[in-house]
Amino acid sequence: MRASILRSPSPLPGFGLSFGIMMAILSIVVLLPIGALLGRGLMIGPGDLWDMVNSRRIWSALSLSFRAALIASLFNLVFGIVLAWVLVRYRFWGRKLVDAAVDLPFALPTAVAGIALTALYAPNGVFGQALAPLGIKVAYTELGIWMALIFIGLPFVVRTVQPVIEELDREVEEVSATLGARRAYTLRRVVLPTLAPAALTGFALALARSVGEYGSVIFIAGNIPNLTEIAPLLIVIRLEEYNYDAAAAIGIAMLLISFAMLLAINLIQIWSRRRIGLV
Amino acid sequence: MSDITFIRAESVTTEPRLVRGAVIGTVLVLIAILLFAPLIAVFAEALSRGWAAAVASLGAPDARSAIRLTMIVAAIAVPLNAVFGIAAAWAITKFDFRGKAFLITLIDLPFSVSPVVAGLALVLLFGANSSLGAWFIAHDVRIVFAFPGIVLATMFVTFPFVARELIPVMIEQGRAEEEAALTLGASGWRAFLTVTLPNIRWALLYGVLLCNARAMGEFGAVAVISGKIRGETTTMPIMIEMLYNEYLSVAAFSLAAVLALLALVTLTLKSLLEWRHADVLAATRRH
Repeated sequence: MRASILRSPSPLPGFGLSFGIMMAILSIVVLLPIGALLGRGLMIGPGDLWDMVNSRRIWSALSLSFRAALIASLFNLVFGIVLAWVLVRYRFWGRKLVDAAVDLPFALPTAVAGIALTALYAPNGVFGQALAPLGIKVAYTELGIWMALIFIGLPFVVRTVQPVIEELDREVEEVSATLGARRAYTLRRVVLPTLAPAALTGFALALARSVGEYGSVIFIAGNIPNLTEIAPLLIVIRLEEYNYDAAAAIGIAMLLISFAMLLAINLIQIWSRRRIGLV
Repeated sequence: MSDITFIRAESVTTEPRLVRGAVIGTVLVLIAILLFAPLIAVFAEALSRGWAAAVASLGAPDARSAIRLTMIVAAIAVPLNAVFGIAAAWAITKFDFRGKAFLITLIDLPFSVSPVVAGLALVLLFGANSSLGAWFIAHDVRIVFAFPGIVLATMFVTFPFVARELIPVMIEQGRAEEEAALTLGASGWRAFLTVTLPNIRWALLYGVLLCNARAMGEFGAVAVISGKIRGETTTMPIMIEMLYNEYLSVAAFSLAAVLALLALVTLTLKSLLEWRHADVLAATRRH
């Protein structure tokens, strides 16, 4: 077997074929398009790029996308840990149904979720009518964007934390109790730190997904410039005006946010691997 | 004696009964509001003018061509992603080479890129004002605002699904079985078909299932690259948006109900796979 400096020898065949297929599809579908976007940015030049992004409407859109994603993901972080705990540790009627339903946001198309949430929270919808006397408006406000992002980000933390809870050694909790710790103290100081790396990974995944979310948000958001207009929608608007440079400028800003989050996810995983072994 | 210790151990590693009840109650209410209500709303809105109106709207030419297009796109994009996933998993798990971790990060990249940015990137690469796009147009191949673009956009957003599912399973299974097959005189292909493939078939099915659900429902990336030409490049999600914006609520929600049914079927099959074949699915789901 021929082996190069880059690859250790293996008796198994098919490296060239499988590596070739992988790189060909990866390049055509992902790398070349992303490269084209970044290349467009280089052609425009950093100075002009900054000028294009530096407008009130774009800053409002970018900060709205990020803020709403952060709020929704924080809700999902807390709710996700509690839900995972309930699904693994408690026994109740309908547990398996709830367990299966947690993945609904992964399976339900975002546009379907978007119009369904709008139907519920619109002023004449079931929830909209119930909330109106309280003076709460959800549809066509930022609150509606939060609801949409909570929906699509819900499964992430549950699904990363659940396996860790299943593997938890109850003896550790027993030891903590024997040593005189109250249950709440054990949960806070013994259980929660073990779940932290998985929970943070799920949180980062949910955040990354929510920042770029489009389909579920645009129906319920109302899309008022400077108020409820998310960054991806602004890209779509610029593209419809055939203003490719402006679209690319916002796209690159969002891509940089994605890269930063991917880096954060990897760092969390390296950190947790050092702390508690493989995740 | 053993009974007493058992009861005590049980009570110190769980929360008080009242707390448990309150937490379960809160969780169930929130799940009902956050997850079940939107799902029910889809069907309620679709049937708000009765079965006949819902079924009739699905028979309309626009709806039918959207359903057909979505199925054709998925029928091309999903198998291509499965081929990619198998090739990537084979290269990554059966060989040791430099830059593997970086390669896995690149494969995961589409999960953290906004679908709209994905669509934009494809438009910039294959659009009329790029050199590659101009070359394709000169050779009479349309990619942007046409069928190939929709397939590429769908592949982008569903890219990691199969590979992500196969890689942990194949790492866990190691290389010994394939190596044994080769020692016994099997060819590489035979080792793959008779040893590897049976080992990974459930994980592969699982990945394909999730990939397909996402592929049929993709909206953002397809909205950007399809140009939304009615009856030509309108997939089901795009058609739903158009009908909804035209205040054709029953038609929009009927089409949405078809996709919601697909989601329910996907979830059911996925749960069945998890219950029956948990031992051969990705390690992350078992630990």
